[in-house]
Amino acid sequence: MSHATALNNTGKSGMFDTIARYLVTTNHKEIGSLYLWFSLAMLFVGGAMALIIRMELFQPGLQFVNPGFFNQMTTMHGLVMVFLMIMPAFTGFANWMIPLMIGAPDMALPRINNWSFWLLPLAGLMLISTLFMEGGGPNFGWTFYAPLSTTYAPPSVVYFIFAIHILGISSIMGSINIIVTIFNMRAPGMTLMKMPIFVWTWLVTAFLVLGVMPVLAAVVTMMLTDIHFGTSFFNAAGGGDPVLFQHLFWFFGHPEVYIVILPAFGVISTIIPTFSRKPLFGYHSMVFALVAIAFLSFLVWAHHMFVVGLPIAAQMFFMYVTMAIAVPTGIKVFNWVSTMFRGELTFETPMLFSIAFVILFTIGGFSGIMLSMSPVDTQYHDSYFVIAHFHYVFVAGALFAALAAAYYWLPKWTGYMYSERLGKIHFWFSFISLNLTFFPMHFVGLAGMPRRIPDYGLQFADYNMLASIGGFVFGFSQLLFLYIVIRSVRKKGQSVDAKYWDGAEGLEWTVPSPAPLHTFEQPPVYKSHP
Amino acid sequence: MAFSDPINMPKGVTSISNDLYHLHMFVIYVCIGIGIIVFGVMFWALIAHRKRPGYQGAKFHESLKLEILWTVIPILILVVLAVPATRVLIKMYDTSAADIDIKITGYQWKWQYEYLGEDVSFFSNLATSKEAIANEVEKNADYLLAVDQPVVVPTGKKVRFLLTANDVIHSWWVPELGVKKDAIPGFINETWAKIDEPGIYRGQCAELCGKDHGFMPVVVEAKSPRDFAAWLNEKKAAAMAAKAAEAKVVWDKETLTAKGKNIYLRNCAACHMPNGAGMPPTFPALAGSSMVLGEAKPQIDVLVNGRQGTAMQAFGNQLSDAEIASVITYTRNAWGNEDQGEDKIVLPEQITEFKQNNN
Repeated sequence: MSHATALNNTGKSGMFDTIARYLVTTNHKEIGSLYLWFSLAMLFVGGAMALIIRMELFQPGLQFVNPGFFNQMTTMHGLVMVFLMIMPAFTGFANWMIPLMIGAPDMALPRINNWSFWLLPLAGLMLISTLFMEGGGPNFGWTFYAPLSTTYAPPSVVYFIFAIHILGISSIMGSINIIVTIFNMRAPGMTLMKMPIFVWTWLVTAFLVLGVMPVLAAVVTMMLTDIHFGTSFFNAAGGGDPVLFQHLFWFFGHPEVYIVILPAFGVISTIIPTFSRKPLFGYHSMVFALVAIAFLSFLVWAHHMFVVGLPIAAQMFFMYVTMAIAVPTGIKVFNWVSTMFRGELTFETPMLFSIAFVILFTIGGFSGIMLSMSPVDTQYHDSYFVIAHFHYVFVAGALFAALAAAYYWLPKWTGYMYSERLGKIHFWFSFISLNLTFFPMHFVGLAGMPRRIPDYGLQFADYNMLASIGGFVFGFSQLLFLYIVIRSVRKKGQSVDAKYWDGAEGLEWTVPSPAPLHTFEQPPVYKSHP
Repeated sequence: MAFSDPINMPKGVTSISNDLYHLHMFVIYVCIGIGIIVFGVMFWALIAHRKRPGYQGAKFHESLKLEILWTVIPILILVVLAVPATRVLIKMYDTSAADIDIKITGYQWKWQYEYLGEDVSFFSNLATSKEAIANEVEKNADYLLAVDQPVVVPTGKKVRFLLTANDVIHSWWVPELGVKKDAIPGFINETWAKIDEPGIYRGQCAELCGKDHGFMPVVVEAKSPRDFAAWLNEKKAAAMAAKAAEAKVVWDKETLTAKGKNIYLRNCAACHMPNGAGMPPTFPALAGSSMVLGEAKPQIDVLVNGRQGTAMQAFGNQLSDAEIASVITYTRNAWGNEDQGEDKIVLPEQITEFKQNNN
C-alpha cells in the first residue's frame, strides 16, 4: 500500500507503541479520530445514565434509585452529553474535515491540537470520578444554579468546577486552532464566500466559543470563591444575588446551544445537496443566517429566566429577540427544502438522518417559538415540555446530524463502505424510538409534570412508560451503530473510491479513500463553486 | 389511569390561565399551519423528485424573490404572535390592588404560607405516605399531590402571592391558576390569581431544589369568601387553643416522645431517615450520634439556629418551643439511643430559656 492510512498507520508495532503514538500525535486525522472515538464512548456513558433515569421513571413510586442519586444522574447525563459527547463529536469532524475541505496539509497549530484533545479525557475522568466520592457527584442539575450548587453542594463540587475549567480551556484552544486554520490555510482561490458551508458554520461556532467559554470559567470561579473563600456573589445573606448566577450562566448557556447546533447545520447543508444532486440553495443567505443567529444568540439569554421575576421591560425585550431568531432559522429550513426541491433524490443512510433532522429539528423549533412567548412560558417553564423541546433539538438535531456525518464520511476515513442495510435499520430504529421517547414528554409537560423529579403523580404514568420503552430501544439501537463503525474500520464491506458519493462536491473528494495520513502537502487548485 | 388523562395545558380557573391556554392553542395552530406547508412541500419533493430513469432534476440554487418572501412572511407571523403575548404579559404583571396578601416561603422541602396582617401562618408538607412512595401500599389518585394543610384562598378576590425562599431557589407552580414564579432566597417576587370557582387545585415545586424536589407539592383550596372567613377564624382560634393546651400539658418523657415522634416524621425523617440512620455524609445519622447522646445544649442550638452551609434549617421559628423540646427528647430516646448518653429529657422551658439567652 503506497499510503499509510490515518486509522491504521502503525504497521507492525504493538499496542503500547500505538498508545504512545496517539498520545503525542499532532496529525489532524488521528486527533480527529481520537475526538470521535472519545465522543462515541461518552455517548454510551451518558446514555447509560439516561437509561437509569428512564428506568426509575418507568412507573410511579421509587423502584431502583434514591432521589439523591437520581439527581446526580440527571446532572451528569446533561454534563456528559453536552461537554463530553456532542461538542467533541463536532470538534472531531472539524479536525478531520476542515483541512481536507480547504486544502490544508493540517491544522495550523498541531501541538495545541494534541493538547486540546488530551485535556478532554482528563476532565471527563475527573468529572465522572465524583460519582464515587463521599457525598456523591454533582446533584444540582447541569445548569448548576446557585445556591444549590454552592452553599448546598456536595464537597465534590470543586472537582466539577476544575473539570469545567479544563473543558473550557480545551474548547477555547480548539476554537483558536480552527479560526487560525480557516483564516490562513485555505487553498489559493478559495475566498471566504466560496468556503464549504460546513467550514463556515465552524468558523462562526469557534467565535461563539471564544465569546462565551470565558464567562463560564468566570461563573464557576465565582462559585469556587463563594464556597471556599468567603465571597458572596450568589449568596443573598452576604449581599449577593442568586439570579446573577443565572444571568451569567445563560449568557454562556444560550450561545452554547448554537455552538452545538451550528456545526450540525453545516453537516446537513453539506449532505442534502449531495443526495439531491443539486447545489445548496441560497448559499449566501445561509451564511447570512448563520451570522445572524450567532449574533442574536448573545442577546436572548434571559428567555431561560422568564419566571425569576424579571422586570416587564426585560421580559418583552428577551421575548421579541428570541422570536426574531426564528427568522434566520426559518431561512435555513426553507433553504434545505428548496435544495431538495426538483433535485434527483436518493435516500442513503446519511440522507435519511438529514431528512429526519430537518423534520424533527423544525418540530423542536416550533416548541422553541412557543417557549419564547414569555407569558405562556409561565406554564411551560421547567416542565417536561422543555425536556421534550431541547431533546428534539439536541438528539434529533445535533446527534442525528453527527450520525449523518459519521455515515457520510466514514468510508473516507476507513476506505470501506458501511453496510447500507444495517445503516437503514439503525436509522429506522433510532427515528421511531426517538419520537416514542420524546414526543410524549410534550404531553406530560403540558399536563403539569415538572422536570427533574424522580417520581410523579399517577396521571403521568402511561406516557412516562411509553417514553421509557422508547428510551431503551433508542439506547440499544446505538449499539448497532457501534457495530457498523467497527465493521467499516476493520475493513469489512466494499472498498470505495475517492469520490464515493456521486453528488458530492469539494476538495475532500479529490483525496483517496481512506485519506492518507498526509494530504495536500502542495496546495491544491481550487475550482470555483458553481 | 389511562391514556385518557389530560395531555394538554389546562384551561384553568383564572382569567390569566384562560388567556394562556388560548395563546398556547393559537401558537400551536400557527405552528401546525407552517408545518403542513413546509413538510408538505418537502414530502412532495421526496416523492416526486426521486432519482429515477427518465427524470432530469434542476440545478437552480438561488431566488432572491423567494428568499425575501420567506424572510418577510415569518416576521409578520411573529408580530401576530407577539401582540397578544404582550397584552397577556402586561395583565400578568399587574399585581396592584390586591384584596389579600399571602407570603409564600419555600423550604427544603415544604412550603410556608403566611396570611399577612392576619397572624395566621403554617407549613404545608407532603401528605403522601412513605409506604406509598416505596410501593408498599396502594397509591391514591392524589399521589404526591396531597399536603397536610393546603393554602386556602377566597374566590372572586385578587390574591397576591409574595414569594421568597429560606434556602435554595424553589418555584411555586399551580397550572390551573396559570401561576409559576420562582421563590428566591433574599428576594421577594410577586404574582397574583383571582379564582372564579371553588375547588382544590394542585401543583408542584418546579425548580430543582435538592433531594426531595419531587416531593413538595402545592395545594390551593379556593373557598367562597364567607367560607374563607370562617376558615380563617377557625385557624386563628385553633392556634390559640393549641397554645393554651400546650401550656397546660405536664411534660414527661411519654408525652414528649409521643409528640416528638410525629414532629420527627414530618420534619426530620426526609433527611435523617425514619430510623435515625441518616444518609451520611450529607445527612448525618442521629442513632448513636455523639451530638444526640451528649449534653442537650449543642443539639438545641442546631435545632433552633440551623447549621450554616448545610441543609439543616433553623427550626426556631418553624416549630414551637414545646415541639422542639419533644423532638429532641424523641431523638434521645429512640433507635437504641435510650440506653446511653446524658440529658434524656429536654423540656420546653429549656428551649425558651436558650432562645432568650442567645438573642
